[in-house]
Amino acid sequence: MSATIDINSVTKAYGALTVLDDISLSIEAGEFVVFLGPSGCGKSTLLRMIAGLESVDKGTIHIGGERIDTLPPGKRGVAMVFQTYALYPHMTVAQNMAFGLENLKVDKAEIDSRVQSAAETLEMAHLLDRRPTKLSGGQRQRVAIGRAIVKEPKAFLFDEPLSNLDAALRSRTRLELAQLHQRLGSTMIFVTHDQVEAMTLAHRIVVMHDKKIEQIGTPMEIYQRPATRFVAEFVGSPAMSMMPITGIVSAQSSDQKGATLEVEGAGMVATQVPLPASFALDGATMGVRSEDTHVVQPGADGLNLTVTVVERLGERTLLYGKLDTGFEMIVEDSGRSTVRAGETVKFDFDRSALHVFDGTGRAYHMAEEA
Amino acid sequence: MAESYRRSRWSNALFILPYMTVFLSLLVFPLFWGMWLSLNKSDLFGGARFIGLKNYYRVFSDPVFGQAVWNTVIFVLVSVPTLVALGLFLSLALNKTTRASSLLRGLFFSSTVLSVTIVTLIWRFVFIPGDGLLALLFDKMGWEQIGFLSTEGWSLFSVGVATVWWCLGLPMMLFLAALQQIPSDLYEAAALDNASRWRVLTRITLPSIKSTIVLVAIVQIVMQFQLFGQAQLMTNGGPAGSSRPIVLYIFDTSFIRWDVGMGTAASEVLFLIILLAAMVQYWVTSRKGEA
Repeated sequence: MSATIDINSVTKAYGALTVLDDISLSIEAGEFVVFLGPSGCGKSTLLRMIAGLESVDKGTIHIGGERIDTLPPGKRGVAMVFQTYALYPHMTVAQNMAFGLENLKVDKAEIDSRVQSAAETLEMAHLLDRRPTKLSGGQRQRVAIGRAIVKEPKAFLFDEPLSNLDAALRSRTRLELAQLHQRLGSTMIFVTHDQVEAMTLAHRIVVMHDKKIEQIGTPMEIYQRPATRFVAEFVGSPAMSMMPITGIVSAQSSDQKGATLEVEGAGMVATQVPLPASFALDGATMGVRSEDTHVVQPGADGLNLTVTVVERLGERTLLYGKLDTGFEMIVEDSGRSTVRAGETVKFDFDRSALHVFDGTGRAYHMAEEA
Repeated sequence: MAESYRRSRWSNALFILPYMTVFLSLLVFPLFWGMWLSLNKSDLFGGARFIGLKNYYRVFSDPVFGQAVWNTVIFVLVSVPTLVALGLFLSLALNKTTRASSLLRGLFFSSTVLSVTIVTLIWRFVFIPGDGLLALLFDKMGWEQIGFLSTEGWSLFSVGVATVWWCLGLPMMLFLAALQQIPSDLYEAAALDNASRWRVLTRITLPSIKSTIVLVAIVQIVMQFQLFGQAQLMTNGGPAGSSRPIVLYIFDTSFIRWDVGMGTAASEVLFLIILLAAMVQYWVTSRKGEA
């Protein structure tokens, strides 16, 4: 079972403090949507408002066309997996999973069948008689998901469910969640501050920042065409390097593809990003991702980077350093790089992969190919 | 270096010496001395003469002791469940962060800090015939007054009411502390599981504080078996011994009749009754948990 979710102009405030301001969002039936954002951006609050654990001050929420923001949590047809799992400690795994169905007066045989089926789906049939305290973190996580599955909800809500797992288990569970979504085809909303989880799981990512939705898009749209400077810097590891733009030489370059900019530390840069006449230059920056940079031979054209930290990741090496003008920059080199901290290297960047941000933080990208 | 930490030295025992001194002299020694005294014919001034189990024979064949045991058992059977139930009810009602609930918590706990003399004085004002609070109320309603402190049946009841009022603060506070340990996300999960308030109470809240309920019950059993001050000051065990508890019997035997040997024998019996009751309570509740 899956249903659409429509959030219309939802606002939430605690006294004088507004935590969500006029949020609107439509989620397709069967879609996997991730709310991504830094701590305190309001993403968990929005999820909890959908669940009914927080009241909605203004606006409406509909699930499957039915208005649910006035209903109690148990009547909304959603199931939630908590960060702390929130398993009932004195009940066995089977009782934990059956509790919600018993409250709905579901037939005993039907409950047993659903619990058994969910346990088999999650490969935990052997754990049904155990108490949560006798389970590992990963197993508890499965029980929490199982408890959600048996309810056959219209939508699944996940509140940072992987953050209490160790790194190896987290990536395995992430994969299992993706498989589970494929199998169930349910609408799922997943809250996280971890961009890897967002990028790997989501059909669409909702990037939230400072009470607002900053951008809604597919993972690749968010990564390659961030709508704002905040999204560009928040998504991607390492963060995008930013260089201040001091002037616009021409709004369209000679090949008519984009603007030529005067960039502090990089000189004249011919980009493929067309800019409007109204472009706000004050505080404007040019962004470069480390994978769009490369180290060049000492004699070749390029910029000098005085390396301060070398991060060897195996397949690639990240060089953190400063340009001659003092701006910080991250440059990517091959995994076999022999560069050491303190050395100065020359690097260049791919002109076709530049991002331009105006003074208000709005992003401009290369024109999309038709 | 590490070796010196592991090595056991006699001098290390000096650290526990102050505690052990107090523990041995004020707890262990009196316990065994009491056992020894119960096997002797002794009074407060005279010497002791070993008489074996004769004191126990005298205690068990004394109908006054039988009546005191019966009174105490009835008192415990009624007051302990009342204290647990009322404490639980108050803690559930006041488990909020509002100013009113903070004030009420303080108010309900305040009786606990009073001395037994003050408590009994207050309740004498309530129960005393003639111009006591209840007497005035009964007059106003046109009902016949009841001699709460001087009528058989009512006297133990009155002592019980004063005791519950006096002792209610501690169970309430212990339950409140336990309730505040329950993670709030369990209640959120239950809300999403469409659980009714009754189901939340019986399936989430009560199982989560089960160990505190057992603790409060055992503490109250031990405390209420030692009922003394209220009974002595409100009714002095009367009328006709109908509100005399075991400790008042021990007091009368040892310090009024000066029969310390028989008094300590009754004390040992009380000690065994309390031990047994607490063990039964623990055994019953832990068996329920396994089932």
